[in-house]
Amino acid sequence: MGKRTIIPFGPQHPVLPEPIHLDLVLEDEVVVDVIPSIGYIHRGLEKLVEKKEYTEMVYVIERICGICSFGHGWGASASIEGAMGIEVPERAEYLRTIWHELSRIHSHLLWLGLLADGFGFESLFMHCWRIREHVLDLFEKTTGGRVIFSVCKVGGVRKDIDAATLKEISDTLNALKPEIKKLTDVFLEDASVKNRTVGVGVLTKEDAIELGAVGPVARGSGVYQDIRLTGNGAYHELGFEPMIEEAGDCYARTKVRIRELFQSIELITKAVELIPEGPIDVPVKGNVDGEFVLRLEQPRGEAYYYAKGAGTKFLERMRVRTPTNQNIPSLVKMLKGCDLADVPILVLTIDPCISCTER
Amino acid sequence: MSYVTKSPWVIHYDGSSCNGCDIEVLACLTPMYDVERFGIINTGNPKHADIFLVTGSVNEQNKAVVKQIYDQMPEPKVVVAIGICANNGGIFRECYNIMGGVDTVIPVDVYVPGCAARPEAIIDGVVKGLGVLAEKRAAMDNKSAAPAAAEPKAEENTETEGKEEA
Amino acid sequence: MEKKYLIQEFEQVTPEQLLPRVKEMKKGGYRLGQACATKQADGNIFVMYSFDLDHVLHNLKVNVPADLKLQSVTGDYWSAFIYENEMHDLFGITFENLALDYGGRFFKVSEPTPWNPQN
Repeated sequence: MGKRTIIPFGPQHPVLPEPIHLDLVLEDEVVVDVIPSIGYIHRGLEKLVEKKEYTEMVYVIERICGICSFGHGWGASASIEGAMGIEVPERAEYLRTIWHELSRIHSHLLWLGLLADGFGFESLFMHCWRIREHVLDLFEKTTGGRVIFSVCKVGGVRKDIDAATLKEISDTLNALKPEIKKLTDVFLEDASVKNRTVGVGVLTKEDAIELGAVGPVARGSGVYQDIRLTGNGAYHELGFEPMIEEAGDCYARTKVRIRELFQSIELITKAVELIPEGPIDVPVKGNVDGEFVLRLEQPRGEAYYYAKGAGTKFLERMRVRTPTNQNIPSLVKMLKGCDLADVPILVLTIDPCISCTER
Repeated sequence: MSYVTKSPWVIHYDGSSCNGCDIEVLACLTPMYDVERFGIINTGNPKHADIFLVTGSVNEQNKAVVKQIYDQMPEPKVVVAIGICANNGGIFRECYNIMGGVDTVIPVDVYVPGCAARPEAIIDGVVKGLGVLAEKRAAMDNKSAAPAAAEPKAEENTETEGKEEA
Repeated sequence: MEKKYLIQEFEQVTPEQLLPRVKEMKKGGYRLGQACATKQADGNIFVMYSFDLDHVLHNLKVNVPADLKLQSVTGDYWSAFIYENEMHDLFGITFENLALDYGGRFFKVSEPTPWNPQN
């Protein structure tokens, strides 16, 4: 047994766009224990419910995170709608679903880029982000924003997408497919890339269930879990099967996300075909008096939105539980026994979003 | 001794931003906006950096980190606060764990507003920062040319030219 | 596909019933989704544990006693340590037998336990 050394990792670290701090306990080069500590981005925005009206709270919640911002806006609106018993028009549900899947595409491309950067493949990183810009253009065209959209509101959505633009969305994405394929093949086929991911950081199915892993981390370990199966938004009409990989290593998690990229394009194409005509919002009157827990499948996994009102214009509680929060125990498990040099890759494969975690 | 004139190296730290401005900072470096073609490089080492890009506001836990990164950077150095949160706290201003803009901890030279700040605005902010860098360098040169003259007045940051509409 | 997300089950339990009930959930194959505390208008706090089985949600609610002490569920669901430490730091609730106790240093906040009714 070697001598134990503790290496602090973060909060400012070249592979981390966001601050998280890990104390890595090493024996020679092998990580034997990990103590995560967070709190660098804790803003305490859930307490703003006391100062912002429930309709404004949607925009605060949306700013929990700039990557899954659309989903946060949707989750906040839909949980308040649930508590108020509001039924949202079908067209709004479809529009939300389309934007949400677009978010997934941009988020997964972003993540693939960061992963490539993590194992030192700079040009692959650049190409992932180059393709991602096309998706952001679609966002800008339909919502006006690149990362923060503020397009969801309680009772529906604020902007409609006309038929020509809808077609453009599905055409653009389908035209991007070959390019994405070429890119993702590098992640799946290239020997030097596979060296870094295959067999690294294995999370068994049992551990994934025990530790409550969510999202691509759980699906990469063979767990049949995808909150879109609860049928929210337009998913109950679109129908789909989650992408499951069995191996539980970094490669499997990468593969899940890559397959989801193509799945999202399919879902958007189908939604564009099926979207019904009609209004995009319903008028909202009165105050929230009730409670509702809504879950969404964010790009990083299951997110909880809990809204509770007590009959005033301010909510009593708006709680958001984000996927990274739930994946930290799995990360701790994965890191134990890995090499120090693999730590950045492993931290990246849970697709950590620290802004989400700490709110 | 020569100094950087057109290709500063930047270091980025996320105060308590929502990630929106962070990924826009990264987007500046990638092919669509591609500031790397001008030799602007995002470095992870504060001692390599000329310009400090801070996104998000400052809180109790990270104020020491922000200050430490700033202190480690060599003179002359410029701080660019990106996004409305880094400017004054933005939408999170009233949160219990937010101290306010970055200027509550370190001196800020350029303010880039926006939620989230667009890549074009961020690039403009960095270009503006280059001007400040040149001024600071000139001040340093004067100081070393006449060491006996005036006390460390030149140390003073050239301070904000107000909120730049970038 | 049915709209399972509309199923909202809230079950009220007493602090004494909490642990036995959580053990049952664990046996039943439920996955712990989240735990959070809510400070109500009257100043009382309740804690809600959300469980998932086959994509259907089941929530346990427990009112926190005046001494702000609860039993930790980390014995059955280790991953709950994140939520319980968070509730300790933000609401001032003490969890007994917490598997991984950060001792109040999980979130470093400028205003300690902002939601604590005793503040």
